[in-house]
Amino acid sequence: MTTTLDPELEQLVYERPDSLVDCATHYCPGCTHGVAHRLIAEVIDEMGIREKTIGVASVGCSVFAYNYFNFDFVQAPHGRAPAMATGVKRVLPDRFVITYQGDGDMASIGMAEVVHAAARGENICVFFINNANYGMTGGQMAPTTLPGQKTSSSPSGRDIETQGYPIRAAELLATLDGASYVVRRSLHDPKNIRLAKKAIRTAFEVQARGLGFSMVEMLSICPTNWGMTPLQSLQWLEEKMVPYYALNDFKVHPAVAEIRI
Amino acid sequence: MPPKGRIEVNELLCKGCELCVGACPQKVIALDMDRITPKGYHPASLISDGCTGCGICAVVCPEAAITVFRETIKVRANQ
Ligand SMILES: Cc1ncc(C[n+]2csc(CCOP(=O)(O)OP(=O)(O)O)c2C)c(N)n1
Ligand code: SF4
Ligand code: SF4
Repeated sequence: MTTTLDPELEQLVYERPDSLVDCATHYCPGCTHGVAHRLIAEVIDEMGIREKTIGVASVGCSVFAYNYFNFDFVQAPHGRAPAMATGVKRVLPDRFVITYQGDGDMASIGMAEVVHAAARGENICVFFINNANYGMTGGQMAPTTLPGQKTSSSPSGRDIETQGYPIRAAELLATLDGASYVVRRSLHDPKNIRLAKKAIRTAFEVQARGLGFSMVEMLSICPTNWGMTPLQSLQWLEEKMVPYYALNDFKVHPAVAEIRI
Repeated sequence: MPPKGRIEVNELLCKGCELCVGACPQKVIALDMDRITPKGYHPASLISDGCTGCGICAVVCPEAAITVFRETIKVRANQ
């Protein structure tokens, strides 16, 4: 931007983090993938670890995350990001290694990879974006789609008799001994966005201390496939998703509980 | 008097999603229907005085399109 700041008159309250490339994203207007990106970038800036972080992108709307984050990135086949992150971290243990995955990617085709990475206690951070559908391919039902929720492949609403129940991935991973920090947050209002950022920071601190696997699930909106405006989507998330997907800390290793941010 | 602030919206990034409009506690942001960005959106902009530089719009903006400024304590002290 063009305006310069006169430090006598004004202070800077907020500016775009350096860990984001200065370019427009392809995300739909209002999509909170962008908020999740921003929070991760802010934390990396604040910790000064941009040169030491390697991201693993997944398949889904966030497949181009490597174009938007201003640090090293690789891109994994659908669902395989935790396996690829395992390899990267084991070869380069002094780097911070993160995955960024949607719910179709992580909780469907990639369920095995994330469960085993957590069971092995891999020292990586998984950032999991739950928007209750497959965004990129046209809003099909995901494992996270709510009972009764209409999607392009469940036009009469998800029927639990034939299509089963949604998977609560955070609760599931929290049962594994190898997981150190597993929480769910939401991106639907400023307070919850701040709490999500704190959880992302904690996850990075867990990795910095070698405490093992961390996963931060973030409830996120998909206005395009939900067929709502972004503001209506925030409300839908709060009213429908939050009651099903409790915002909670599901696993906090005693050593993690001592981390002060 | 609350502190005075202002925002700058990067119009190459803003997609007119209105999340900042909904979140602004002072209700001083709206889409500018007289303007159109290179991507074809009406960008968010300040519509009246009253911005306090709280930064909540920047917390919700998915595009990290908003820069937030607030007057310094020195300026406030001289008012
Ligand atoms: C092996 C393989 N199977 C299927 C696909 C098709 N595919 C692309 S993205 C996607 C789902 C993405 O959904 P999600 O992970 O929820 O991310 P979102 O787009 O909602 O952010 C699928 C099934 C693929 N690219 N590769
Ligand atoms: S389709 Fe949904 S998840 Fe994908 S960019 Fe658009 S709003 Fe976001
Ligand atoms: S939240 Fe960001 S992208 Fe959305 S209208 Fe406001 S400035 Fe534009």
